[in-house]
Amino acid sequence: MALMAKSIKRKGIKGEGTWGYIFIAVSLVVFAMFTAYPVVSAFIISLQKYKPLGSTYVGLDNYASTLKDALFWKAMKNTLVYTVLTVPVNLILSMAIAVLILPLRKKTQSFFKGIYYLPVVASGVALSVVWLWIFDPLEGGILNQLIHFFGFQNQNWLGSSKTAMFSLVFMSWMSSHGTSIIIYLAGLLGIDDTYYEAAEMDGANFLQKLWYIVVPSLKPATLFLLVTGVIGSFQVFQNAYLMTGGGPNNSTTMVGLLIFNSAFTYFEFGKAAAQSLILAVIIAGVSVIQFKYAGKDVEY
Amino acid sequence: MSLYSNHAGNPKVKKIRNSVIFIVLLLFALATIFPIYFMVISALGDPVEAGAVSYSIFPSKVSFASFKFFFDYSEYSYRWLVNSLIVASTVTVSNVIFASMAGYAFSKLRFKGRGVLFGILLMSMMIPYQVTQVPLYILVVNVFDLQDTYSALIMPGLVTVYNIFLAKQFMSSIPNEIMESAKIEGCSQFTIYARIILPLSKTVLAVMAILTFMDSWNTFFWPLLVTNTMEMQTIQVGLKNFRFANTTYIAPMMAGATISALPMFILFFSLQRYFLEGVTVGAVKG
Repeated sequence: MALMAKSIKRKGIKGEGTWGYIFIAVSLVVFAMFTAYPVVSAFIISLQKYKPLGSTYVGLDNYASTLKDALFWKAMKNTLVYTVLTVPVNLILSMAIAVLILPLRKKTQSFFKGIYYLPVVASGVALSVVWLWIFDPLEGGILNQLIHFFGFQNQNWLGSSKTAMFSLVFMSWMSSHGTSIIIYLAGLLGIDDTYYEAAEMDGANFLQKLWYIVVPSLKPATLFLLVTGVIGSFQVFQNAYLMTGGGPNNSTTMVGLLIFNSAFTYFEFGKAAAQSLILAVIIAGVSVIQFKYAGKDVEY
Repeated sequence: MSLYSNHAGNPKVKKIRNSVIFIVLLLFALATIFPIYFMVISALGDPVEAGAVSYSIFPSKVSFASFKFFFDYSEYSYRWLVNSLIVASTVTVSNVIFASMAGYAFSKLRFKGRGVLFGILLMSMMIPYQVTQVPLYILVVNVFDLQDTYSALIMPGLVTVYNIFLAKQFMSSIPNEIMESAKIEGCSQFTIYARIILPLSKTVLAVMAILTFMDSWNTFFWPLLVTNTMEMQTIQVGLKNFRFANTTYIAPMMAGATISALPMFILFFSLQRYFLEGVTVGAVKG
């Protein structure tokens, strides 16, 4: 009997290997063709002055010219400003909302989860069309009507370099919490009641429980959202492209848009590839720093 | 004993507290969905020019004239929707099939290089899409010459690493004993996958299907790059043309935006559980 089991097992393992490769074959081909090859290719293109019929090798010229380009650094700065203004605020807002949803009944909880998640489902293009209208520079624009009510002057929200960046930031504040609220809520529901019990014995009030139990317990979720939020923010393209086109005066040109323009407006593929690889290195660096400083006691 | 005091002795206090919380949440929720509400309401207004639009928050009368305007505006309006549907459906089906197969292999089958291959896949998820966009464009448009084809729209999305990861995470939790006994019964690996693993993974496959469909339906960037005739554009790209061609007609613009978002809203309200589950499957257990 034992012998039979052994032989069956061995036979199983032998077939397993082949089946394993069969099962991953398509995925592997797709990955090799549409991810692995492009990554290698990006590196090669970045060393060339790319032309469809015969490129010339230029070494590190594309990198050098990018690093000397004032617009690249401006785009980098814009991206950084956008990230610093949106990511932390969105995290705090969604944690606050998740904490507020917690004591409500199950049905009410899912009602709010649904509403807050709805903008995530809507297409970004559709939302940008609506926001363009909200930011309408004329007196009739909704935001202008609103600030009129409080006695402020008309603003050319997207058209003035003073307010364009703020407008994009404001749009992000108002619309991108759905995912993080749900992740935080799942984290909150996973906190063991015994922690609260122990804290109450020591006479902790609501705020103390929030600070000493909730915030540390949500640290893994926060780190996850922080890292993915920063990565996403560094790649922002669509809103800048659709809402302002990078203007006015490049005040909303993000790195993602700059790379897009290098490639598909000016057809400088080599330069675009170099810029994208610099971006990749920066993102990797920032992620490592976040893990190092925020993630000391987080296990993954 | 929880974060919030139960006010066991005084149910009235608890009721008042929860009502206050409810109102605060509702106000913020209204602000969050205001753009969507506004989009739908404006779409139901008359297709007049921007200057003449009254910015009423409540509709004085409902009219579908703006939707008609949208469909009459371009002979390709319907085609954009059909294109989106074809691309999103194909990508969804192929992801469910191929990602589940790969996920099964990576979680349950032993083969040489399994760990290394999976590690490479995981690492690739951290590469910003900007890195691959230029080579991918060159490959699909210049090398394969697939501009303006469904193949170009579909191929790069046939199976995504994220979905493989999702499937693997879920299938790892299926006990090995089930497969062992099936193996002793003489089932082939394919039978085990199709008859045992797939039925047990229904939830994660539904989550995957919905999120993939949503991503594909809403994607703007890739279709923008690889289409240059109106005929082959998806609804998201078509909407952009419409916007720049007709900036003064706000109501039809909103009608177009509503149409592009409507299928996702319908899916969301009928399958909300799967949407919300999808968020946590990747994040919390990841």
